[in-house]
Amino acid sequence: MHIVILGLNHQTAPVATRERLAFTAEELPKVLNRLKKETGLDEVMILSTCNRVELYGICSDLDECRNRLINFLAEYHRIETDSFADNLYFHTDSEAIRHGFRVASSLDSMVVGEPQILGQLKDAFAIAADESGTGLILNRFLHRAFFIAKEVRTRTKIASCAVSVSFAAVELAKKIFGDLNNMKVMLIGAGEMCELAARHFINQGVEQVLVTNRTLIRAQQLAEEFSGIALPFDMFRNHLDQVDIILSSTGAPDYLIHPQDLILALKKRRNRPMFLIDIAVPRDINPKINELDNIYLFDVDDLQDVVTENIDQRHQEAKRAEELVIREVEKFEQWLASLAVTPTIKKLRQQTLEISHQELKKTLAGFSDLSDKEKHRLEAMVNAIANKFLHHPINYLKSHTDDAAAQPATMIREIFKLDKSDNP
Amino acid sequence: MTNAYIILLGGALGLYTLGMVTGFFYLFRPMPQKTLWCKRFIQTGSLVHLLAFLSRCIQVQTLAVTNLHESLSFFALLLALAFLLIGRKTSLPTLGTFISPLLIIFTMWALIIPHAITPQPPILRSFWLPLHVLLSFAGNAFLVLGCIVSVMYLLQEHLIKRKKIKGIFRKLPALQKLDELSYLCLRCGFPLLTLGIISGSVWASFAWGSHWSWDPKETWSLITWLLFAALLHGRMNSGWRGRKASFLTIIGFAAIMFTFLGVNLMLSGLHSYAH
Repeated sequence: MHIVILGLNHQTAPVATRERLAFTAEELPKVLNRLKKETGLDEVMILSTCNRVELYGICSDLDECRNRLINFLAEYHRIETDSFADNLYFHTDSEAIRHGFRVASSLDSMVVGEPQILGQLKDAFAIAADESGTGLILNRFLHRAFFIAKEVRTRTKIASCAVSVSFAAVELAKKIFGDLNNMKVMLIGAGEMCELAARHFINQGVEQVLVTNRTLIRAQQLAEEFSGIALPFDMFRNHLDQVDIILSSTGAPDYLIHPQDLILALKKRRNRPMFLIDIAVPRDINPKINELDNIYLFDVDDLQDVVTENIDQRHQEAKRAEELVIREVEKFEQWLASLAVTPTIKKLRQQTLEISHQELKKTLAGFSDLSDKEKHRLEAMVNAIANKFLHHPINYLKSHTDDAAAQPATMIREIFKLDKSDNP
Repeated sequence: MTNAYIILLGGALGLYTLGMVTGFFYLFRPMPQKTLWCKRFIQTGSLVHLLAFLSRCIQVQTLAVTNLHESLSFFALLLALAFLLIGRKTSLPTLGTFISPLLIIFTMWALIIPHAITPQPPILRSFWLPLHVLLSFAGNAFLVLGCIVSVMYLLQEHLIKRKKIKGIFRKLPALQKLDELSYLCLRCGFPLLTLGIISGSVWASFAWGSHWSWDPKETWSLITWLLFAALLHGRMNSGWRGRKASFLTIIGFAAIMFTFLGVNLMLSGLHSYAH
């Protein structure tokens, strides 16, 4: 049994590649089922955010698994394997465990310590669990990851100053507008990142928030939360001229805002500057817009540059977090290894008890005048002998659960002919 | 007296230079306290400059703008004062850094060229001279300040558009603030320039018997005035701002410089005795 993670992130792949491999939340259930069927993996989960696309799985043959996962990505998105193979990483076993824990703890994030990724990972896990994509190992793995993320957050200062992509957007807005007091913000789509950025903007005193979403109800909920105004999705273009800051993070496959839209809006607002933040992958706003005067457009990758400066501070704290993660990786590996010997222990106990009970049955058949109480006492004695006999071998197996663990387990299976008794 | 005057002027130049050094040091290094020093040096420099100027005024017994040396020095002084005045209204840490090279150039130029007192033609002996020159120079000082702000705007705008969000981007003020300040300079400078031209015209009608004689200085003043009038109109009514307005301000700066210096150095006319 191997735990594997195949994927790419902001460090290994540009946004252009990531957006082609991304999955929307809506299509995930379907994709998970297909992934499980086509690759034959025991357990699967997909994490797709703007910064990473990762396939989590449990498999027995690593090379085969890797090829199948890559082929799946290529076939599903109908793109050439060569165009993204170089951007991929493939983590296995302890590396995969470490990677998963680091992702959850936001140590692998674009902005180290940013809080969104944990929520995104929880969502990805919830979807996978709903579709029965995950099983014993991934369930435990992710719960452990969530626990570690919490530990890292409380025990290190990694997230003490709220620097994140969304906060970087606020800092940029200040560099464009000075103060944000009379600014109006429009949210297009209702991603978590978008919401967070909106909250930052509100804390900076923006005057009004307009919210639009494909589902009007969602827009209304958000608008209520921010004491703003909800707009029907097909109407938002008519209001572009009234807002100074636009935050977009929809799951739309094509550009939503084009240069013409803004040329018109600029005319209406007499060229007052506008700041557009596109945190969607694939992107929502045509990048050509940045060429217009008085328009400033930043996409996810641009925001990365802004925050790299702040990362240095967090690196010191991140080091402590890494140590914590490494300890947890060891613990989880032990559990995984114990999982490998569990079938042997189960089988050994089962076989011993079966023999004892058969013999007990035979013996009891010879007596006719035994009371129920006496029968029970005999049964208890037989069980006690069996358990005492098993005590040391089982402890031995449990305590040798490191990589060489397979050895004693195999030996015990052979000595006690555990595998043969499968087919008596 | 002349020696003391030159020493004071040299002292002002030295202080402006210190201001520039600390200003640029701050610009490229993470030392926030240095920005204060830049402004302090310019402040002290302008004070010393003012003393020098006043002593010269006493010497020539009128506003000391009777030759190129005095004009350059006076213009530098007004520029520094305009900066300090604007600086009271809005705090823009790096503005001093960008204004200091200009202060240095004008003051140094004034120091290099002959600075002997020129006997005044009787035609200039009038209270109109200080009024006309003060208004025109003050107007130009604000407009030149606006030009420096526009240069900063274009630099910052370039950095944001190119996503170069490091180093001096952090130090430069917000775009909108720069644009507003450039507009403020225009609104202060343009009326002063207008009054300067009008006062000149009134004075001309007394001195030369004609309001307007199409002498090169007058023509170029008009060109400068029209440029800034167009810019002001565009800003007020057509939503001109940002890059477009900045470029126009810089073109306006070129026109000011030509009117102020180019005309005197290259063309001859009624105003040429200022040389």
